[in-house]
Amino acid sequence: MSIAFTTQIICFSVLSLVVIVGALGVILLENIVYSAFLLGGVFMSVAGLYLLLNASFVAAAQVLVYVGAVNVLIIFAIMLVNKKEDLKPIDNIKSRRIISTSICLTLLSLLIRVDLSNVWGLSDPNTSIGEESTIRIGEHLFSDYLLPFEVASVLLLMAMIGAIVLARRDVMNEDISTGLPVDQELIEKSSEPLLIKKN
Amino acid sequence: MNFESIPLQAFLIVSSMLFCIGIWGLLNSRNAVRVLMSIELMLNAVNINLMAFSSYIDNNLIQGQVFTIFVITVAAAEAAVGLAILLSLYRNRVTVDMESFNLLKW
Repeated sequence: MSIAFTTQIICFSVLSLVVIVGALGVILLENIVYSAFLLGGVFMSVAGLYLLLNASFVAAAQVLVYVGAVNVLIIFAIMLVNKKEDLKPIDNIKSRRIISTSICLTLLSLLIRVDLSNVWGLSDPNTSIGEESTIRIGEHLFSDYLLPFEVASVLLLMAMIGAIVLARRDVMNEDISTGLPVDQELIEKSSEPLLIKKN
Repeated sequence: MNFESIPLQAFLIVSSMLFCIGIWGLLNSRNAVRVLMSIELMLNAVNINLMAFSSYIDNNLIQGQVFTIFVITVAAAEAAVGLAILLSLYRNRVTVDMESFNLLKW
């Protein structure tokens, strides 16, 4: 990376702060719509971290696929299932919270200890190909990673067909067993209108 | 090193924290959409790890970047199928509360 060290440090600090705070907001905020938009911010900041690591192609792919596709899909799903409901209280929620938080903190301390104590075999920065990483990725995809590349295309096709089959609404006019006309009303229609705050 | 750069450990710590936040959200969310979001957060943490290692340890062959592209592909497929499953589940149960999906509970 050709930018100055101080600039790199500032960029890294801001981006990682946005990533961590945004991720905390995604899991802690009450309103799921805020969570979805914060998730988009987290994805964008992760793309910025990739740019700091000299990977412009993967950063562009991250923005296109995560922000452009996955996040939009999540927002659509929220729109389709956005029914305000009063969740039943769980009786032992306190102990659950304590156990899960302690598991996460233990895992975090373990990971950080491994990160800091291990001696990483860093390679010589002079061999870095830097900005030519896109060319190298193309070479990889069409030589030694050709089979995974083709399998990934089949996987995407399968996922597309599977998603259509799972999410499709059956449109039959009469019930097969009883012969009575089927209620075609959308479940989503019977819920309260959106954008109205109810307490 | 002949020039200064951000230490590898900084990236690893950020990705560890992101991964643990994802696990916490996965265990504690009651909204099924939020569970899927937590899974995406964990996948992003793994991607940051792969990218940091490919830039610092394998900076000539950058196989980690190729791997990250595959992970992004599979994550997109996972999100599509997961949300489709969520929609059909919502149609059958008319709720997205994770506590009410207990048909396979022992």
